[in-house]
Amino acid sequence: MSQSVELHHIGMAFGQTRAVSDVSFTVGGGEFFSILGPSGCGKTTILRMTAGFLEPTEGTILIGGRDMRGLGPDQRPTAMIFQSLALFPLMPVWENIAFGLEARGVAKRTRKAKAEELLKLVALEGLGNRMPGELSGGQRQRVAIARALAVEPQVLLLDEPLSALDLKLRQRMRAELRALQKRTGVTFIYITHDQSEALAMSDRVAVMSAGVLQQVGAPRELYDNPATPFVARFVGETNAIPGKVTAIDDGIATIESAYGPLRGRAGNGLSVSMAAKLYVRPEALEQRPDGDGYLRAAIERIDFEGAFALAHGRLPDGSMLIASIPSTELAGAPSIGAPADFSFRPANAVVLSDG
Amino acid sequence: MNAADRIARGLFAFYFVAFFVYLFAPLAIMAAATFNTSRFPTITPWQGTTLDWFNQLAADTGMWQSLRTSILVAFFVVAVALPIGTAAALMLTSLHARARSFLYAVMVSPLLTPGVVVGISTLVLWRQLGVGGGIFLIVLAQASFIICYVMLMVAARLQRFDRTQEEAAIGLGASKFMMFRRVMLPFLKPALIAAAFLAVLQSIENYNTTLFVRGFDTPLTVYIATKVRTGLTPAVNALALIMIAVTIIGAIVYEVVRRRSRSSIDV
Amino acid sequence: MAELYRRFGSGLGTLFLALVAVWLAGMVLAPNLMMIDYAFRPNLLPAEIGGPRDVYSLDNILYLANESVHRTIFFKTVWASALVAFLTLVVCYPPAYWLAQRATPNHTAVVLLALTIPFWINEVLRTLAWYILLAFRGPLNAVLLALGIIDQPMRWYGDAGVLAGMVYAYILFMLFPIYNAIESLDRSQIEAARDLGASIWRTHWRVVIPHAKAGIATGCVFTFMLAAGSYVAPALLGAPGSRWFTEIIYNWFFEGGDWNRGAAYALVLLVLCLTVVLVTLRIARVNLTDVAK
Repeated sequence: MSQSVELHHIGMAFGQTRAVSDVSFTVGGGEFFSILGPSGCGKTTILRMTAGFLEPTEGTILIGGRDMRGLGPDQRPTAMIFQSLALFPLMPVWENIAFGLEARGVAKRTRKAKAEELLKLVALEGLGNRMPGELSGGQRQRVAIARALAVEPQVLLLDEPLSALDLKLRQRMRAELRALQKRTGVTFIYITHDQSEALAMSDRVAVMSAGVLQQVGAPRELYDNPATPFVARFVGETNAIPGKVTAIDDGIATIESAYGPLRGRAGNGLSVSMAAKLYVRPEALEQRPDGDGYLRAAIERIDFEGAFALAHGRLPDGSMLIASIPSTELAGAPSIGAPADFSFRPANAVVLSDG
Repeated sequence: MNAADRIARGLFAFYFVAFFVYLFAPLAIMAAATFNTSRFPTITPWQGTTLDWFNQLAADTGMWQSLRTSILVAFFVVAVALPIGTAAALMLTSLHARARSFLYAVMVSPLLTPGVVVGISTLVLWRQLGVGGGIFLIVLAQASFIICYVMLMVAARLQRFDRTQEEAAIGLGASKFMMFRRVMLPFLKPALIAAAFLAVLQSIENYNTTLFVRGFDTPLTVYIATKVRTGLTPAVNALALIMIAVTIIGAIVYEVVRRRSRSSIDV
Repeated sequence: MAELYRRFGSGLGTLFLALVAVWLAGMVLAPNLMMIDYAFRPNLLPAEIGGPRDVYSLDNILYLANESVHRTIFFKTVWASALVAFLTLVVCYPPAYWLAQRATPNHTAVVLLALTIPFWINEVLRTLAWYILLAFRGPLNAVLLALGIIDQPMRWYGDAGVLAGMVYAYILFMLFPIYNAIESLDRSQIEAARDLGASIWRTHWRVVIPHAKAGIATGCVFTFMLAAGSYVAPALLGAPGSRWFTEIIYNWFFEGGDWNRGAAYALVLLVLCLTVVLVTLRIARVNLTDVAK
């Protein structure tokens, strides 16, 4: 079983700028863990601190229970895959893969055998003598992974390694990465700003914003139970309807909105008379004017996306409402220009306080 | 196209031909004069065709001695300039903007210093230390500005270096030294070869600086210039012809190397 | 410096630092400081060094100011070097423009390589070529006589010869910076100017030259500096009446035997060149970082 990674109250300041504030989470051994957030949210800083390229200004990092303070990247049981991949352009593929072994003084014959083995693992058999520049984007990706795995790391750190690939290839590489992780059992910490990538691949995801950890949880949990407004907006599409909390009953909050009272599950720390927003996902909106509250919107356009269509409507006060309509039900969709009524089950909406 | 434009274009075509005549005619005349029997190198009047001046050149022991001196100097200049120029370029890329532009200005200043001043300042410093002119001072004086060229060429190549490769190497457990030897040096190699070429050519062609620090040693350029004033014969032209041939080959090789370094794959 | 150590470790980092320090302190700064020291001290017999007469003074520089022949030669060197820079600019601008904007990439590559060939051949040989061409009974006079343009051979050695040889020697230092600058000009700008009815001359004056200003300034600066500091062209192509300031400096060192005065003259030359360089770059608003490429 590979090793766990624990971050305890990690903080990082570059001069006056705070990149990361008080972040704590634990990644289990053998887990596929993603850190998700927009660029500049501090996720790369966390990865580089874990790898040992940066020393945190506060807090401790434990890998396999061992304090990593003062250990350089070469002394940690981690290997990193860079966004640019950072393959060495003037070394053939096999030397790239065996570079970490060369650094450890492994004999050339052993290095070569190990490189062959890894090439097989990433399905690049027979390409060992090619130069990196002669490979396709997906192949280079796999070389980078093989190079990192060659040093038998306990933890693999991946810094948006798929961002340079086109959509189709990216989707295939996601599946490959996931399969490889399961096969090797190595702990993966994966950085991305692409929420669908994080949701599709990970066992658990940490969402970050502006250097602050927002929520850690399984993909479903983040989606269904966002802990903060940021998570609600960043993970998946959502509609946010402002209002004031008037009652909390058995975990269900009622807010008074511009469109009347609306009900949804109460988020953490919510109390009566707080300013709050109700978050409801497009697919939770159903086109039927009953239930606990409904939203009437004038339909402006319907974007057909394939499996579903997105209806963009305007609420009476001018703000937008987006509802998803499965393609199979498009026949009953409202017509453009006409008003339509949408409602939702309180269990499918969440109320979170502002700020 | 109107008439004025046509005239402008015609004038320009004429100018271009004239420009190339201006560029190459003097060299062609100098080369051709090698084959004229006239004791003073010229092509007018043509007194008869001969290859004898090559023999005269071959028999000129002073010339051979000075060639040896020049090659020796060039060798040491490369040995000094390549490591220092590379170190300077690496240092520049490790600095932040403000400090970098200041250090850059300091580092290119020898290029903006007249060659005679470079020679003189080196000469006076070392006389104070009890060292007179000679090969040692020639090497120091020439290297002091040839390092700038090396630094510029290495820095240009470094700009295209993906710095995450350094971290990748370290992250895989390489020592700093191994990272430098296995990752950086191979990347810099084309620039280093080109810079070595340039340094050799700059060293061998130098006159203004060398003149002041040569002491009793006589590199090739000084020898030729002395010949011009003390007894110019077409034997010098024979030497010029050979040097033209060598430099043309050198220029072509340099260009090929440079193009290869430019087109070599960056990942 | 911390970054240097972080990247390369203490061993390599110290090595790099030491190498650069040897260069900048030992090979650039120290020699220049010693030259300045020499320039402000009198030329003394060995016995007098350290004695009461061994004091700093401006005597050596004042000597240049008061010695009318040297002063004249100094100013002539200044304006003649400026003239060399200007002539080189005039000669180089048209081919630089053609290479950068009108030639096909293949033409450009071939022509640039051809242009570098005279550049690779050393300055002494380039000057020697002109020495032969301009000889009293040399090819140029022979051709001009044959064409009937002159009826007596001309004496070209002297100011004319020095100018011709210098312009020739420094063409590349002017051509490449201008070429680089014009090359970055979007061709559609020239076409737009022509389309709006500007003549060829106006297009150059209003569009191309302003764009190429940095390159032109760089080329002029280098050419001026090289011309003012040249020894070989005036020595070979000059005449007794066309002495160059560098020849005077040389004489102080190796014939007059007064190194202090020679160092003072060299210092004046250095200050002149640096002033011209910095002022020109400031006027043209060129950063020193963009000069050397």
